[in-house]
Amino acid sequence: MNGPLAVLTLENFLSNLLKFAGNSETVALIAFLLAAVIHASLLLGLFGGLPVFYIWLERKVAGRIQDRLGPTRVGGKFGWLQTIADGIKLIQKEDLIPRDADSVVFRMAPYLAGIASFAAFMVLPVADGWIGVAAECGAFLILALMSLEVLGIILAGYSSGSKWALFGAMREAAQMVSYEIPMAICALIPLLIAGSLNLQVVSQMQTGGVWNWFIFHDPFAFLAFFCYFTTATASVKRAPFDLAEAESELVAGFHTEYSGFRWSIFFLAEYASMFAVSGIAVLLFLGGWETGIVIPEAVFGGLRSWMPNTPVAGFNLGGYVANLLAAHVFVIKASLLVTLQIWVRWTLPRLRIDQVMTTCLKYLVPISCFLFLGAVFWPLIVTSAKGRPVLFGPPVKSVASVATPSAPSSTIAQNRSEVVR
Amino acid sequence: MGEVGLEAYLFVGAVLFVCGVVCMATKRNGIGVLMGVELVLNGANVNFVAFSRYTPLGLDGQATALFVVVLAAAEAAVALAIALNYYNNHLTIDVDRGNELQG
Amino acid sequence: MTEQLLFWVFAILTCGGAVAVVATQNVVRMAFWLVVSLGSVAALFFLLHADFLGAAQLLIYVGGTVVLLVFGVMLTASGHTIKVQASPAEVMLGSGVGLVLLFVLLFGINSVDWADVSARIPAAGDSPAVVDETQDRHLREQLASATTPEEKAAAEEAIQAVHARRQAGRTVRQLGLSFYGLRPDRDLNQPAGQSLAAGYLLPFEIISIHLLVVLIGAAYLARAKRRATSGPGVDL
Repeated sequence: MNGPLAVLTLENFLSNLLKFAGNSETVALIAFLLAAVIHASLLLGLFGGLPVFYIWLERKVAGRIQDRLGPTRVGGKFGWLQTIADGIKLIQKEDLIPRDADSVVFRMAPYLAGIASFAAFMVLPVADGWIGVAAECGAFLILALMSLEVLGIILAGYSSGSKWALFGAMREAAQMVSYEIPMAICALIPLLIAGSLNLQVVSQMQTGGVWNWFIFHDPFAFLAFFCYFTTATASVKRAPFDLAEAESELVAGFHTEYSGFRWSIFFLAEYASMFAVSGIAVLLFLGGWETGIVIPEAVFGGLRSWMPNTPVAGFNLGGYVANLLAAHVFVIKASLLVTLQIWVRWTLPRLRIDQVMTTCLKYLVPISCFLFLGAVFWPLIVTSAKGRPVLFGPPVKSVASVATPSAPSSTIAQNRSEVVR
Repeated sequence: MGEVGLEAYLFVGAVLFVCGVVCMATKRNGIGVLMGVELVLNGANVNFVAFSRYTPLGLDGQATALFVVVLAAAEAAVALAIALNYYNNHLTIDVDRGNELQG
Repeated sequence: MTEQLLFWVFAILTCGGAVAVVATQNVVRMAFWLVVSLGSVAALFFLLHADFLGAAQLLIYVGGTVVLLVFGVMLTASGHTIKVQASPAEVMLGSGVGLVLLFVLLFGINSVDWADVSARIPAAGDSPAVVDETQDRHLREQLASATTPEEKAAAEEAIQAVHARRQAGRTVRQLGLSFYGLRPDRDLNQPAGQSLAAGYLLPFEIISIHLLVVLIGAAYLARAKRRATSGPGVDL
């Protein structure tokens, strides 16, 4: 367990567990199922629960900014259960489908949007080696998956058979397709510094203190973070870029005709993608799951190398605990960025649609291209001036070989069948 | 381990290709024809990638497929611009109406 | 087993989506089925160990091209154009010819011995996927024939090493290098003095320029113009 990524794979864990259980197949199978169910439900609970929490947070922050209290009644002093109560109310509501709507597409569209934004969590690592699918091109894949959400929204707006919804969908399509370009270019800058599309590798390279974070790598990366955050806010259609649902002009935009459960799926998808883009920002620029302070990171490192004797040989208990803490750090960091998005929403007024497009095409695209070029040339300039590729801090560590921690499902299943045999 | 094999992927590619050709032949909506083109290109891509996995051709198949994807995106952009122009001039997207040069 | 199951699910979705695109007359529903079909093709790419290509398919096709198409539908569909139907005779003829074509293709695919064909291809440095597959099969045979526990453990370890190598999904780096004009997948482990394999630097540059030209051209073609009024040859 020397390399940070060399955590135990599931198959290793299983085979070792098998040895411990004295070849008792049922014990292995039960343990496997138990572990799988616990971790899957924890992950599901996290990604399903976070949007619910953010909806509550949004109402609370909005209330405070507007000098009122926000929800206070349901679930105690702070209105903790407000979102749950709203959810129950929404599920009970009638599922209306307008007469002019294209009913099949109308019914499917919310699910399309929901699947797209929740699928992004598949490749979002929450801690070292804690990732659903450890794809080598994870950063690329997550951007691709996030870009699919627009499709559900366009189809929803179009199939509603209402002019407000159609306007909202058209705006959304134009906005999302345009903002994807600067967002991808800005995300390329830290990927370029890391030399990898693997989000885990990118995050690992930022260990060892705040000065190793890619946001402080060079001035271009510093600016790129703000550029990325702006485009990310726009790409999850948050204010001041929420033209698709501008209630002062379009009633409610693309979800005008939706009610009840399908409407709430759009909202869950929106808050889930807020977390996803914030998570990407944390992984790419803000040090991933590391605190950035020297002492806690040393503690994490110590925990990772601390391997007490557990019944299951090869199971790194210290690494497990460290990962558990690191996952908390990651979620807290991402939640801070989400809070920032909420803050921005209730502070800045909404732009006009032409201003939104101007901001993207005339400002953000050239700015991001310039930042990208600068980030490419920065190491050359610094090397010629100082003789080393980075300004301060140690040169970027190279993570030489990446043993991907989780096997593809086929391998696991196959290994499991072997175990059972 | 269940082996899927090359033929199965080639079958999928063939079905996609044929669907695309039929789509191009029978649709009169210009954008429907474009969708047919996309299906044909995807059928070809499935074949490329399948060959790249199951034969010693290796990476060449994937590289070619990537070029196909990029070219298809470019093709869609231009074709859509043409379709919009067509709509501006003819107020319809029915491709059978574009017969003014027939003399 | 899982791979087979996933293959069948996505193959059926791909083919079903494609057939639905042909069978549907409503353009928006066609776009929806196209999304289903192309998304499943992306899943097939993942199954074929082409991670980067699958992600590119999702980003460019499903997230880009289809959105563009739907955008086009919105700009052009105005009630009477949303359902432009071909005559039944044309549909019958088209689908008949299509069925014949499908039959020919399937028959052709079935009658070729693909193992023999790929054996005859000059294997100038096997692709990593193929190497892994053959190695994997070999190791599995070893595992099956192993008698002592030590042999068995060694074979299992080797299989895991192969899997770990394969899971790295190395096509990203390799594709990048090949666009750079380098082909480590071909040129490594080759006898000295052999000419190097061709990379894709020139095609890559050409396609970059091509994309730029297309960007400008499409913007020029689609620029706002005076809308045609009802004139000769146009009946609404």
